[in-house]
Amino acid sequence: MNIVVCIKQVPDTEAPIRVRSHGGIDETGLNLVMNYYDEHATEAALRLREQFGGTVTVVAAGPERAREALRQALAMGADEATLLRDAALDAADHLQVARALAAFIRPRTADAVICGKLSTDDNAAIVGPALAELLDLPQATAIAKLEVDDGAGRAIVHRELEGAVEVLEVPLPALFTVERSLNEPRYPSLPGIMKAKRKEIAVMDLAALGLSAEDLGTRGATLATLAAPPARTAGVQVNGADPEAAVEAIVSFLGERAKVL
Amino acid sequence: MEFDLTEEHRLIQTTVKDFAAKEITPVAARLDQEARFPSEIISRAAALGLMGVMVPEEYGGARMDGVANVIVQEELARASAGVQVIVSVSNSLVCDPILRFGTAEQKRRYLPALAEGRSLGCYCLTEPSAGSDAMALETRADLRGGEWVLSGRKLFVTNGVEADLCIVYARSEEAPGARGLSAFLVEKSFPGIAVGNVEHKLGIRCSSTSEILLDDCRVPAENLLGGRGEGGRIALATLDGGRIGIAAQAVGLARAALEETSAHVKERWVFGRPLSEFQATQWALADMATRVDASRLLAYRAAWLRDRGERCTREAATAKLIASETAMWATHRAVQLFGGYGYIQEYPVERYFRDAKITEIYEGTSEILRLVLSRDLIGSRGSTPR
Repeated sequence: MNIVVCIKQVPDTEAPIRVRSHGGIDETGLNLVMNYYDEHATEAALRLREQFGGTVTVVAAGPERAREALRQALAMGADEATLLRDAALDAADHLQVARALAAFIRPRTADAVICGKLSTDDNAAIVGPALAELLDLPQATAIAKLEVDDGAGRAIVHRELEGAVEVLEVPLPALFTVERSLNEPRYPSLPGIMKAKRKEIAVMDLAALGLSAEDLGTRGATLATLAAPPARTAGVQVNGADPEAAVEAIVSFLGERAKVL
Repeated sequence: MEFDLTEEHRLIQTTVKDFAAKEITPVAARLDQEARFPSEIISRAAALGLMGVMVPEEYGGARMDGVANVIVQEELARASAGVQVIVSVSNSLVCDPILRFGTAEQKRRYLPALAEGRSLGCYCLTEPSAGSDAMALETRADLRGGEWVLSGRKLFVTNGVEADLCIVYARSEEAPGARGLSAFLVEKSFPGIAVGNVEHKLGIRCSSTSEILLDDCRVPAENLLGGRGEGGRIALATLDGGRIGIAAQAVGLARAALEETSAHVKERWVFGRPLSEFQATQWALADMATRVDASRLLAYRAAWLRDRGERCTREAATAKLIASETAMWATHRAVQLFGGYGYIQEYPVERYFRDAKITEIYEGTSEILRLVLSRDLIGSRGSTPR
């Protein structure tokens, strides 16, 4: 099976995010990692390759530093990695990113495309489904179990819903977005890291993908402002020994100030 | 000058940090309390390539540099100094001398098993009357009928209980001191080698420390490591690398103390404010961070020099001296800032404090390191010969 995995480099979810006064995120000292869901997507692809043979190609659209996330996927065992890097992609929205990824994947006749369910930086969960539409592939999102019957050309996947499990049969090729409960990603081993070091990470700009900036779409949303959430204000303390007066004060706070009653 | 870690270094750091946080930290306190050897963790560490960090790929290792090893050892020690020392000894004191001084056949025979975690190594130098004065050791090695026969008692051997391969230093030549010593690759399965008394320790309790007893232990002639009479040189060259590993361990411990304390002082309230709002606390944390940084950079420098094939005895001693004293000092500060909570096993700083002490003792006490450094400055006697 030939599998393409789409990955993204994001800030570590434990890292404190600082918004710069003139917009954008201050990346100084910010720990950037492979999106956790994408680690699970890479793991799923590696397991399919171990089961059926073939190749695992990882692709990321992003700035130069996104190479590190690709390198991690190579160290886990992926065969090839490509970085889609173009000034036109710097401020791209989700659909534009999906169009660039689609242009990369289309000529590669993948048996499966695997993405994380969402990326932990903007939580949109759009790129995977949009990519499936652009590639005209059937899709199953947020899967928690994946069984492939290579010979029959189909996959059985489980989606965990509130109080139920949905089991889908999906013809291949298909696109899947994965839940973190799908598997336990392997650590990149030290020998794996050294092997990955010797692999080339290909870089493609829009021209190499056969696209122009206009092809990405020109009517997308643009970022107007980015601001830190307002600081939390101090709580209100109800003091005094009289319980009835305290209850009254709290009820009035909930009704008038918090407006929850 | 270049202070950036390479892309691989950063990837190793993330990987080992992640591995340690998931696989070691949750069980570190229990391993310490039960003084239990963490076989499963060591197998998983081996699968990750941590048992043969600097071993070439043709011998099953990762072929990384010494700076990478410092990164690995710091991250492991951040989680458990006991687990780390098991890994560090096998890497620095066993794989390293085989790589540097072993024959092709010795490398082929021993390195893949060590690097893949099928075999564990230990280093047998210290004896009851030869600790800091290691070159006075008395274990005998006699060539009889084409094989070496070793007899003596080795003390304080890390990994002594579980090790499959022991590098044993013994007196094989007439020459006195270091020039009379040779190093031997002794398999535990050879006749005449046994584990003696197993020690009960203050810290690094999940690693074993034992006697290794040699009673007419027969060792094939081809298991001589390096040449006859080269044992002293091998032991000292090996200790340069070992000291870098212990410096990294001490950095990991000091960082653990710093990180746990930084988190604690924000949550602990005294006199109506968080502990972190007192300047005494702030300055203690700033001093801890300063010394951790200095120690880490000196460990990197020593490893970097050694990677270039340069002599690093002074730099390795410097790194171990400052790092070990930083670990002791920082864990001591941490216990004090935790107060009563620092003295009980519910919080990890109690363990860090106990673990830190050994870093000032093994692979060269602070006193011996000061001796090494002062000799380099003013000669061996500290005065001009008349």
